[in-house]
Amino acid sequence: MAVLPVDVQGVSWPSEAQPVLRNLTWRIAGDGITAILGENGAGKSSLLRLVAGLMRPAGGTVTWGGATTPPAAIRWVAQQPQFLRASVATNLWFAALPLPGRWSAKRKRIAAVLERVGLAERANEPALRLSGGERQRLALARAWLAQPELLLLDEPTANLDPGATAAVERLIQEMRSSGIRIVMTTHHLAQAARLSDEVVFLADGEIAEQTPTRQFFAAPKSVAARRFIRSETPWWFRLPE
Amino acid sequence: MNHALEALSQALTLVVRWDETLASIVRLSLEVSGSALFFGALLGLPLGAVLGATQFRGRGLVVALLQSLLGVPSVVVGVVVFLLLSRAGPLGFLGWLYDPAGMVVAQTLLVAPLVAAITRQVVEGARERLAEELTMMRLGFAERLFALIYDCRFSLLLALFSGFARAASEVGAVMIVGGNIEGMTRVMTTAIALETAKGDLTLALALGIVLVGIVATIHLVASGLEALARRRAEG
Repeated sequence: MAVLPVDVQGVSWPSEAQPVLRNLTWRIAGDGITAILGENGAGKSSLLRLVAGLMRPAGGTVTWGGATTPPAAIRWVAQQPQFLRASVATNLWFAALPLPGRWSAKRKRIAAVLERVGLAERANEPALRLSGGERQRLALARAWLAQPELLLLDEPTANLDPGATAAVERLIQEMRSSGIRIVMTTHHLAQAARLSDEVVFLADGEIAEQTPTRQFFAAPKSVAARRFIRSETPWWFRLPE
Repeated sequence: MNHALEALSQALTLVVRWDETLASIVRLSLEVSGSALFFGALLGLPLGAVLGATQFRGRGLVVALLQSLLGVPSVVVGVVVFLLLSRAGPLGFLGWLYDPAGMVVAQTLLVAPLVAAITRQVVEGARERLAEELTMMRLGFAERLFALIYDCRFSLLLALFSGFARAASEVGAVMIVGGNIEGMTRVMTTAIALETAKGDLTLALALGIVLVGIVATIHLVASGLEALARRRAEG
């Protein structure tokens, strides 16, 4: 069952009376990486969860390739991913359980994914002993294992140091190159500029702007986006009012 | 005071010499409680895991019912099992009254709710922590259950040992169902009750020492194993 296009139609959340997201309409299609930007509480993570099918909207609809139930080929990675109290490899073994194919092929795929995320040598170590950056890479590996059509990343580098951030960003780019459509939320404008092809800017529970990344940073159309970029960039790089 | 000290000294001697009467009582106790734990876990683990892993209409009521079963006195369980197994009862044809098999049934009914309640609580905690991740991994119901039980395996060890301690230390149910027949259905707790009533404190104290020793050892070993395994799994 195809995931794309994902159509978010007139969605409100958590309630229609007091919505964080209000009557929001958005379509996810094509390829590449979309960065969702917006201030704290703008509803970025909620929008991602709605698209993942983890929550139901209070009003409006979300459809995936025309279907009303989320298909299997979506993966979502939390800002602080959770793991089973088990080794790195066992966590991936559980993630591989529902995937089709023989176990010999799954084992090879687990080994290949561990190699790609740089955790092959830590395969037998407890997942809960990993550092923040390693945990995020394991979460990406868990998602990658399923070779999803759509990958949703909620602040994938929040609280990571520059080295760990760079490693996670490299993986995101690799996943994109392998044909996975990626939608991510981020607070880092520089990261959005480095990774994404398109920016969706949320303000007051609505999409204030949806533009190609280059255009967003060069000449944001909405006042809210201009203000947001100004507040997040250093004084010597500020846009004119 | 002297009488008590003398009884204690004789009891310790009995334990150290591993008296035959004492040994046979301890052996039967371990067999009955071990079997009860096996069957109690067989019932309680899946029930608790399913309750902890799922949300359905009326779940709160089922959980409350399960919790209330923990408070049922063992003598009440004993009376119910007695009625079921007595010759006129629905299971009278089994001939398990005043037999170790009947005692296993009674203790199983005491152990199963305890194992189920602890399992439910532990698995529910894991579900709350992992719910979104397991949903996104697209695990089916059985796979989800398996993942949650695997995640809680160390805590479930403690549930099992708590179940054993409950079985080994109860007296009311086995007294009613087993009848405390020497050489047949006399276990540690019933023997302690009888010997104390007779005024023979030596055997009662010796059995008490062994019983406390077994429960304490099991608890210590279980806690140690749990801590060790958890350290290895979590770092």
